[in-house]
Amino acid sequence: MSEKIRNGSEIARWLLLAAVTVSLIASSAATAQTPASSTPAASQSANAAPAGNAENGKKLYVLYFCWSCHGSQGRAGGTAPAITPSTRSADDLIKYVRKPRGAMPPYTSKSISDRELADIAAFLRAVPKDPDPKSIPLLNQ
Amino acid sequence: MAKKSKSKPVDRRHFLKTAAASAALVASKPGAARAQQPAPEPRNASAPILARPAAAPAAVVDEAVTIDRPGSDFMVDVIKSLGFEHMFGVPANTYMSLQESIVNYGRNKDPEFILATNEDLAAAMAHGYAKVAGKPALIGCHGTVGAQHATMGVYDAFCDRVPMVMILGNIFDAAKRGTGKVAWVHSAQDAAALVRDMTKWDDAPHSLPHFAESMVRAYKIAMTPPMMPVALVLDVDLQEEEVPKGANLHIPKLGTMVPPAADSGAVAELAKLLVAAEHPVIVVDRVARTPEAIKHLVELAETLQAAVIDRKGRMNFPTRHPLEQTRSRMGLADADVVLGIEVIDFAGVRSQRQGSKRISITANDLFSRSNYTDYLKFAEVDLAIPADGEATLPPLVEAVKRLITDDRRRFFQDRGAKLAAAHKEVFDRYPQQAVVGWNDSPISTARVTAELWPLIKNEDWSLVADLSFFQDWPLKLWNFDRHYQFIGGPGGYGIGYGAPAAVGAAVANKKYGRISINIQQDGDLMMGPGSLWTAANHHLPLLTVMHNNQGFHNECMEAQRLALRRGRDATRANIGNRLIEPVIDYAKMAESMGMHGEGPINDPKDLGPALKRAMEVVKRGEPALVDTRTQPR
Repeated sequence: MSEKIRNGSEIARWLLLAAVTVSLIASSAATAQTPASSTPAASQSANAAPAGNAENGKKLYVLYFCWSCHGSQGRAGGTAPAITPSTRSADDLIKYVRKPRGAMPPYTSKSISDRELADIAAFLRAVPKDPDPKSIPLLNQ
Repeated sequence: MAKKSKSKPVDRRHFLKTAAASAALVASKPGAARAQQPAPEPRNASAPILARPAAAPAAVVDEAVTIDRPGSDFMVDVIKSLGFEHMFGVPANTYMSLQESIVNYGRNKDPEFILATNEDLAAAMAHGYAKVAGKPALIGCHGTVGAQHATMGVYDAFCDRVPMVMILGNIFDAAKRGTGKVAWVHSAQDAAALVRDMTKWDDAPHSLPHFAESMVRAYKIAMTPPMMPVALVLDVDLQEEEVPKGANLHIPKLGTMVPPAADSGAVAELAKLLVAAEHPVIVVDRVARTPEAIKHLVELAETLQAAVIDRKGRMNFPTRHPLEQTRSRMGLADADVVLGIEVIDFAGVRSQRQGSKRISITANDLFSRSNYTDYLKFAEVDLAIPADGEATLPPLVEAVKRLITDDRRRFFQDRGAKLAAAHKEVFDRYPQQAVVGWNDSPISTARVTAELWPLIKNEDWSLVADLSFFQDWPLKLWNFDRHYQFIGGPGGYGIGYGAPAAVGAAVANKKYGRISINIQQDGDLMMGPGSLWTAANHHLPLLTVMHNNQGFHNECMEAQRLALRRGRDATRANIGNRLIEPVIDYAKMAESMGMHGEGPINDPKDLGPALKRAMEVVKRGEPALVDTRTQPR
């Protein structure tokens, strides 16, 4: 494991590079290398996103490390925006993660299936809202 | 006491055995206690040498030879003259003579020996200590195997421009190393070579007068901005052999040290630019070493009604001051004059305004090392002022005041009102941001921060943690206005700094009755859990709150991103990056080291009571740890 870590400016530089790389990968997806044998099932048609299973989506959200940037409930983890509370459809989520903008790396069909993404979208829609900060004395000191 | 024979050199190992036996005999003799007089506390200005203990009554029976005054006793005299309060170290026979002299001859006070469980931790403790105490500590280690451990901690201090004095034990004379293996592999021809690229100066004195001069010089060099670690290699024989009778040993006078302030012409030019500017922004990073720096920086900002962006290499500017604009819409983007004071990566601090002027004041321009590129990207500036930032603030304030007209004052007042409004906007947003994930498990870092504040806000507290991975929440939710309330980060970004630096800072804070708070990353603690033992051993009022995200999270994200960019399996990012199989019980770890431990706390509702119980322990003067399972950041 590395003993070196990145400071804020280094992370920002990495994120910029990552964003550029994402665009390059997306534009050359047709010629990308064959994925490793352990990658998930191939994508289904993006035109017909399956209905999601929120309970399974919660497990997949952890399995695919969505939490590592977005936090365990999609409420921001310090390196990526909050993605809950969500009204996003499965179609919208699939469309976004296949070719995301900014720093987010692409979850292509080589890495995660449409069905799995639909489950994750269902999980995100099911996460309850946060309380009103005015109702929390600790945030009104 | 018996006289020492001069005809026969003392073999070190034989000497140690003999001395141990003699010590037992002496301790049982009447008058032995009287011979151990408490040492006075000389200071360098007068530089007295400690009086030798009074002679013991004549021996009734023949006794083994002892050494009345080893060279290391004189070394303690020199060290005391410089006001060192602590030596952080791991015991090693190549400097054991000095350690023994500190403990017995020096009565283990000023300096007090503080036992670390790894030289890396000793160096990081000295690092944290110096940032609160404002002066260096000693660290003691073998010049070979100890120094090799210490390098990471020394490198962090070097990058963070923090002073410390390394004592590297060595056996100079190969003829004294015998035929065994250990003495040879624990010796080096040039022991300081290992740390030369990360220290400002080193020496290997060959005599006691040479030592005295080099130690005073080492202190002076370490404490002259830019401050950095220095190293002295000490020969075993120089430490252990008796001071020659009649030796006229002298401790050089250090004198008053004045840090290098800027040239008066440059200050006048800078003052003109600042007074004439429409939107000047003062960017600070590692400025404040003392309370005076905060006072002068506030005075400069208020005189100009200028924005201040604090990059928090140190605690430079009060977080709730209306001119604090670190995250505001009135920050850098539209600045027409950007003044960087001790900003480490000034190349990355840029206004988007055409024709804006950039001025730097930094002692970093006065000294550099070549090998490690901690000097960062070259910063293009219009005016480079090579000087100490803190020392330059008072003349700059005066120069600015002299130039301000009534018209400019009215303009500044309008600008200040706009800045105050922008500052308020930022702070008003924080509760809305902090509530995100408020009831989640793992616990949000904002919730941990908010739960801590009511427990410390009425105490004299010091946050002795790096906040790089904690979204800076304490800086957003707490009120920082004193220089010791925040000490910045590691400098070299080596993991393993956090826990020992917190211990060192807590050592410095304890003298003032302050409570130290450490927000501790789990991966960092696993680099040196022995830090907890030192905290317990020294009864430090230190609250450690775990930021336990169960792994090396930054690397976890990188592994995930790399896999995705390659169209591979992101689910395997755990491997080599997470600390989950088995799960580590940090509360039990703390308890095993002799301190109060709580947790793991998974439910945010349990956090407040656990922190309260731990704080009660800390207020009694003992360390405590609360293991909180947290969100990644």
